[in-house]
Amino acid sequence: MIGIEHYVVVSSILFVLGVLGIFLNRKNIIVILMAIELILLSVNINLVAFSAFLQDLTGQVFAMFVLTVAAGEAAIGLAILVIYYRSRGTIAVDDANRMKG
Amino acid sequence: MIQTFAFYLFAVLTIASGAITILARNPVHSVLWLILAFFNAAGLMVLVGAEFIAMLLVIVYVGAVAVLFLFVVMMLDIDFAELRSGFVKHFPLGMLIALVLLAEIVLGIGAYRAGALELGAPDGMAATPVGVSNITAIGALLYGRYLFLFEASGLILLVAMIGAIVLTHYQRTDTRAQNIARQIARRPEDSTVNVKPEIGKGVSL
Repeated sequence: MIGIEHYVVVSSILFVLGVLGIFLNRKNIIVILMAIELILLSVNINLVAFSAFLQDLTGQVFAMFVLTVAAGEAAIGLAILVIYYRSRGTIAVDDANRMKG
Repeated sequence: MIQTFAFYLFAVLTIASGAITILARNPVHSVLWLILAFFNAAGLMVLVGAEFIAMLLVIVYVGAVAVLFLFVVMMLDIDFAELRSGFVKHFPLGMLIALVLLAEIVLGIGAYRAGALELGAPDGMAATPVGVSNITAIGALLYGRYLFLFEASGLILLVAMIGAIVLTHYQRTDTRAQNIARQIARRPEDSTVNVKPEIGKGVSL
């Protein structure tokens, strides 16, 4: 029988894969954004699983809000990526140091 | 039985396609594997009876976000092999951090399973009523208890849309566009003058 632990394990593995993706693709910001989407997906799986197993729909409503924020984040991130490419001609983010941050 | 089989199928495919997403050489392949991961996660959500979120995941992520990614990846002309140069160098550190993080999370799940963690019990206000479908119950919650949060998420989307347009839109200065309103507003008396020059003095233009 599938319990909540199974879902939590799947979502935690997906979360760790997302974090690993950020570390491995330090230069390629497109893959970094995709890794962030993976992290948000794992959070959504977690919320939905707890919501279903605890018989409380609040988790599913919050998964919808996470989805909204993820869509907005992808749109803004890709817009910033496009203007960065337009001015620099590359998307290697490890030499984005113009602001000396 | 069939539920267990479906769970393991979706779970394995989700994790495998997530792994290939971050490991693929070509970002176009990454986006396609990400789409497969989203589909299988939607399958996982259908299995626990959250159909609405599952369908939303397919529509929003596959239909909008993944296509946006694909569009940007194909629009930019980038040497992706050069961007992968630090991959091998970062691999050991990344694996170490990932393993530590995974061990911590698994410890947390073990503590929850052993009963050492006390999560709050649901208050029953957001429970699905008997005989009501998932989407009806979510709709009642979304337009009732969470109405202001719902409207705030609409505002977030509006701000994201305006922000993306403002960021990427740029006015070209090297073109001479036709200004129709100015053309229509132009009158003959604005642009022509009637002068009577004296003989031998010439006119100033």
